[in-house]
Amino acid sequence: MAYQIVAACTNCWACQPLCPSEAIYPAAPHFLIDAKRCTECDGAYSEPQCAAICPIEAAIVDSQGVAVNPPGSLTGIPPERMAAARAEIGAR
Amino acid sequence: MSDKVTQLQSEPEEGGCTKSGCGAGSEPLSHLPEAIRQKVHNHPCYSEQAHHHYARMHVAVAPACNIQCHYCNRKYDCANESRPGVVSELLTSQQAVKKVLAVAANIPQMTVLGVAGPGDPLANPERTLGTFRELAEKAPDIKLCLSTNGLALPKHVEEIAALNVDHVTITINCVDPDIGAQIYPWIFWNNRRVRGRKAAEILIEQQQRGLEMLVAKGVLVKVNSVMIPGVNDQHLKEVSKVVKAKGAFLHNVMPLIAEPEHGTFYGLMGQRSPNNAELQALQDACAGDMAMMRHCRQCRADAVGMLGEDRGAEFTLDKIETMEIDYAAAMERRAQVHAQIEATRSAQAAQVQQGGETLVPISILKRPKAEPPLRPLLVAVASEGMGLVNQHFGHAREFLVYEASTQGVRFIGARKADNYCDGGDSCGDGDAKWSAILKALEGCEVMLCSRIGMGPWEKLEAAGIEPNNEYPMEPIEAAVAAIYRQWQEAGRLHRAAAPRNALSA
Repeated sequence: MAYQIVAACTNCWACQPLCPSEAIYPAAPHFLIDAKRCTECDGAYSEPQCAAICPIEAAIVDSQGVAVNPPGSLTGIPPERMAAARAEIGAR
Repeated sequence: MSDKVTQLQSEPEEGGCTKSGCGAGSEPLSHLPEAIRQKVHNHPCYSEQAHHHYARMHVAVAPACNIQCHYCNRKYDCANESRPGVVSELLTSQQAVKKVLAVAANIPQMTVLGVAGPGDPLANPERTLGTFRELAEKAPDIKLCLSTNGLALPKHVEEIAALNVDHVTITINCVDPDIGAQIYPWIFWNNRRVRGRKAAEILIEQQQRGLEMLVAKGVLVKVNSVMIPGVNDQHLKEVSKVVKAKGAFLHNVMPLIAEPEHGTFYGLMGQRSPNNAELQALQDACAGDMAMMRHCRQCRADAVGMLGEDRGAEFTLDKIETMEIDYAAAMERRAQVHAQIEATRSAQAAQVQQGGETLVPISILKRPKAEPPLRPLLVAVASEGMGLVNQHFGHAREFLVYEASTQGVRFIGARKADNYCDGGDSCGDGDAKWSAILKALEGCEVMLCSRIGMGPWEKLEAAGIEPNNEYPMEPIEAAVAAIYRQWQEAGRLHRAAAPRNALSA
């Protein structure tokens, strides 16, 4: 049972000092979670702290590989709107 | 830089502008108590006068943020972008201190070091305050300031005051949680992500408490607000009243920056930015209650140099590594350069008080009552600093806009001509550049610069804007006053502005 930081991470450091298990550490190209230490904040906080402050959608996934903050959940930008804009800007 | 120093030393002691000579609006801080004016006298971000002479820098030591704003995208880094929240190189406190000392040695006009992001300075208290602590020791002449969203402010007020950080900017976009809920999708508070109206309520409460606590400690507080049409534009008048009542000394209403390519909520959802006329109208409406800042350039969280310029590329980490700096000598040199700047400024002020010729014309304009009223005139100016008309039109990346009227000459704002981009090959063609320039010159009838090529001259004329290169190296406000007098004598101010370049509503 452990969370994982994946490629979308922007290395903003917000999560690192919050982790009650000191499981998060800076690494290249992005921060990582030590799976042996991570408890998903079970018993410590009602919300896993890294996922509760992370500003980047889909940067943290659970043990099943599912994004804890799925696309659209933090910015409010509907994923289809984001995809359309990306296509439009890419075509310029 | 040595050439800069030479320029300062040979600076002609020509007339400039002070409160008495240039009309009430010229220096918006002229009504403030002497103690506050002393504090901001050489701070380019707080004093419109100072920004012509002094430089500032931001160090990007604060990557983490504790809230999300709809005008911000936390993924962004583009070297060509100049706007808040964007940086190229994140620094540790130690690296930041090294960079500040290097910049302050090479740009002796520097007076101010700010921490403004790219996240929130107080969401990274160790990095931010650690940088301040070390700098206070190594470069005690540099003023320290920070710019925060205010959420974590109350718990850090003590330390901010103890470190002599005497300028703090709080971004306050609303005092009404229903409006806040449309600007902030979430905040991180007490170990939870809080959303919606509740989030805005907490944020507003912390901002207001932080403001009150700072004022009680004697820390100068400026309030920044982002004008978001249809969301908080009308509401900002109320914000201005509230923050003034609580003791903020300056309000900076800035236009929303929102383009789809920025990847922000507002950019992607089609939220529009205000135009120049709307921004000016709101600033004027808020000005009834409070001193307004109009020279903000909405700079990057790692900006370096005079406002409106960014010399960050000269001071990357690898370049700093190779610089040899004598810190004590650098501080001494700064003191000398600042003394020269102050001598120039006092000479300008003294000249005006003695009825210096350059600024008299504006008072002559107060015509007998029977005359029909004269309309105001907007003049765009290309300037590299020192308060002078000293820039080639083709080199201008922004224009300073002044309004001349029978009341005097007042500064309206700085408008970027490069559409928040450096206009390089990758960033749009010549036509796009021209449309950005003409947009920046909206409402202006005169373009004042030291030199200008024939092609641009004709293009400006065709757009209904009169180019003027007759005042090279002259003080800006005197030149604008002289132009106003010429227009008045030629009877050009009795009729309405030429419709071609009239302000759009």
